Amino acid sequence: MATLARLQARSSFVGKQYYYRNSVVDQFRKKENDAAVKIQSWFRGCRVRAYIRYLHRITTIIQKWWRSYLGKKEFRHVVQVAHYTMKMNLYNEMAVKIQRRWRGYKIRKYCFNYYYLKEYLRAISETNDAIREALEEFAEMKEREEKKANLEKEEKQRDYQARKMHYLLSTKQIPGIYNSPFRQAPDPWELRLQKAKPLIHPRPKVRQECSTSLSDWLACTSARSFPRSDILPPINKKKCQGPFRDFNEVLEQRYKPLEPTLRVAEPINQLKLAREELKREECAQNVNDKMFFPFSSYHKKEKYTPSIHSSSKYGSDSYGEKQFRSENPKKWICDKDFQTVLPSFDLFSKYGKLYSRAGQIV
Amino acid sequence: MHALTVDWIPNGQIGVMSLLRPLLLDVVPTIQQTAALALGRLANYNDDLAEAVVKGDILPQLVYSLAEQNRFYKKAAAFVLRAVGKHSPQLAQAIVDCGALDTLVICLEDFDPGVKEAAAWALGYIARHNAELSQAVVDAGAVPLLVLCIQEPEIALKRIAASTLSDISKHSPELAQTVVDAGAIAHLAQMILSPDAKLKRQILSALSQIAKHSVDLAEMVVEAEIFPVVLTCLKDKDDYVKKNASTLIREIAKHTPELAQLIVNAGGVAAVIDCVGSCRGNIRLPGIMMLGYVAAHSENLAMAVIISKGVPQLSICLSEEPEDHIKAAAAWALGQIGRHTPEHARAVAVTNTLPVLLSLYMSPESSEDLQVKSKKAIKSILQKCTYLPALEPFLYDAPPNILKHVVGQFSKVLPHDSKARRLFVTSGGLKKVQEIKAEPGSLLQEYINSINNCYPEEIVRYYSPGYSDTLLQRVDSYQPIIN
Repeated sequence: MATLARLQARSSFVGKQYYYRNSVVDQFRKKENDAAVKIQSWFRGCRVRAYIRYLHRITTIIQKWWRSYLGKKEFRHVVQVAHYTMKMNLYNEMAVKIQRRWRGYKIRKYCFNYYYLKEYLRAISETNDAIREALEEFAEMKEREEKKANLEKEEKQRDYQARKMHYLLSTKQIPGIYNSPFRQAPDPWELRLQKAKPLIHPRPKVRQECSTSLSDWLACTSARSFPRSDILPPINKKKCQGPFRDFNEVLEQRYKPLEPTLRVAEPINQLKLAREELKREECAQNVNDKMFFPFSSYHKKEKYTPSIHSSSKYGSDSYGEKQFRSENPKKWICDKDFQTVLPSFDLFSKYGKLYSRAGQIV
Repeated sequence: MHALTVDWIPNGQIGVMSLLRPLLLDVVPTIQQTAALALGRLANYNDDLAEAVVKGDILPQLVYSLAEQNRFYKKAAAFVLRAVGKHSPQLAQAIVDCGALDTLVICLEDFDPGVKEAAAWALGYIARHNAELSQAVVDAGAVPLLVLCIQEPEIALKRIAASTLSDISKHSPELAQTVVDAGAIAHLAQMILSPDAKLKRQILSALSQIAKHSVDLAEMVVEAEIFPVVLTCLKDKDDYVKKNASTLIREIAKHTPELAQLIVNAGGVAAVIDCVGSCRGNIRLPGIMMLGYVAAHSENLAMAVIISKGVPQLSICLSEEPEDHIKAAAAWALGQIGRHTPEHARAVAVTNTLPVLLSLYMSPESSEDLQVKSKKAIKSILQKCTYLPALEPFLYDAPPNILKHVVGQFSKVLPHDSKARRLFVTSGGLKKVQEIKAEPGSLLQEYINSINNCYPEEIVRYYSPGYSDTLLQRVDSYQPIIN
């Protein structure tokens, strides 16, 4: 019992002590727990931080590599672009060089050829000079001709005058008016009168009545008529001195036509010739030259020679057998006929336009 | 009968007609012929008498008997018709109305060349007036017969036939085409070489009337190989042959550049220029116009005209001709030559024609046409002229509208040429330019500014008007430095 009492007296103490010891332990435990938690949290934190540091390092490496990759890609792209631009610039410059030369050539050769133009203008001035010379010559020639014609006219007139005044010529006894004895030399008119032939009065011409009937209109047309006379006008030939006959008589005698006698008119074998001629005429009318033979076997020995017309090795000649308009459908190549109406073609629509304008000055 | 002369006839025309009319129906053929001849002479003299012939109803009788009588009567009757028809279109229409054309065409087929000549002459005078009458003559079938007449040997007949063809083809392209279709061109072209001057006149006139209508007709005329034979006609003694030849060349040259080129290549320009130099007055006019037409087509052709020494000749024409229309043509031609490029303008300017043109433009006596043409010529030449010595006189006495162009040209040339700038200053041009009053903002002011910009400021100020006054003012207002 005592122990019970003691235990009971101590029970609150026990309880308190129990509680106190528990609480102290609890507190201690709590402190320790806290400490342990702190240590653990710190350690965990360290561990996590280390892990994070590690992760950061790895991430940095990955990012570095990725960024370098991107940058290099970009750089490659930039280099490519720069290279391409450089090449294109070079090509452009080369193209400009070529175009420059080509354009200069084209303009100079096709559109405006300066040297051709200069040449052309020089040629024009040469042509002009030539034409001017030619025209001058022509004008001079015309003048000369005119002067000559005038001179000739005057000469003719003077000649006519001289012929009319032929009676003024001086004779041996009487000097003429142009041959005065007080002159040293006779007047030129005197010489002219000496040369001139005296003028004869023209015989009155027989006027021919020209009839204008329609039947001889051919004769009347001025452009086509020529003198209708049987005898041509005589040539002015001087008669030779001597006992010669008249020339016309001689010609008449020489060219007298033949007048044969009756006896000479026909040949001597006239009869024979006439018979032969008759035979020839009758022969021409025969169809068959070989007249009727006496026996039927007279000509059986003759070999038959076919006519050329039917003996060609390419088939018989179509002469006499075929007509011009007959058709042989078996010989046709195709079954369509010829086109009779053809489409028109324009021949002259491109006239002048197909020629190039190369090098022309317009 | 035979002694009937025109001067004897007093005012009793109608009485005369009634006297002559029954004589036409007389039995004796000589009386008929002489009566017809008298009628013809009367009608030829005066158009009132011709009208009296028409009113007296004589024409139908004449036409009827034309068909039957002998050649002397035909000649006289055709002479009457010609005399009546030449005065006016109404009288010619009266002749056509009474059916004379068919009988005249029948006369063209006659054998006697005198009858043909009279008939062709009458047809020519009828066709001359207007296009309808020409068409009536063509419809009567005259053209092929006329072409046959041209081939006849008689010169008078050829002349008249050529002149009739020329009168027919001058009115319209269709009539000219009808004449060409009858094959006239070849025969006409052959006869250019004939020595007779009057025949050549008519031939050239016929060819030019044909060629003037269209390009095709002109090409057909050229294909007949008239060049270079036509150029010899330019040297003929007869003035009208020269005139007609240059008319023909002008009509051909004016259509297209190719035809003008052909003429230039054949040396036609030189021949025309020589011809212009040797004639005076109206004969020159077609030659001058031809040069203008050729130069107007393209600059190469204008250059060809220049090297053929055309410009000095044209400026001679411009200065020495008294008539205004010839001067106007010369001014126009010069304008056409000089308007293409600075080279051309320089070639015109060195011959000192620009002052002449200016004086023609300014003088109050020139006709309006001349003034207009010379103004246009000056403008077109000035716009291309860079030859400064020729431009300088213009600064002094030109009216404002031309001055604008002159100053413009200076403003184009001076910035690039230092020698010209120096010359401009020393010759007093800069001084003159400063004196020009221009509204600010106008084109003239801009040109003046651009000229002033070519020179340093002191020089511009030195030459500006009133500079001496400003200097003196500065002297007045200057305070001397007294020690």
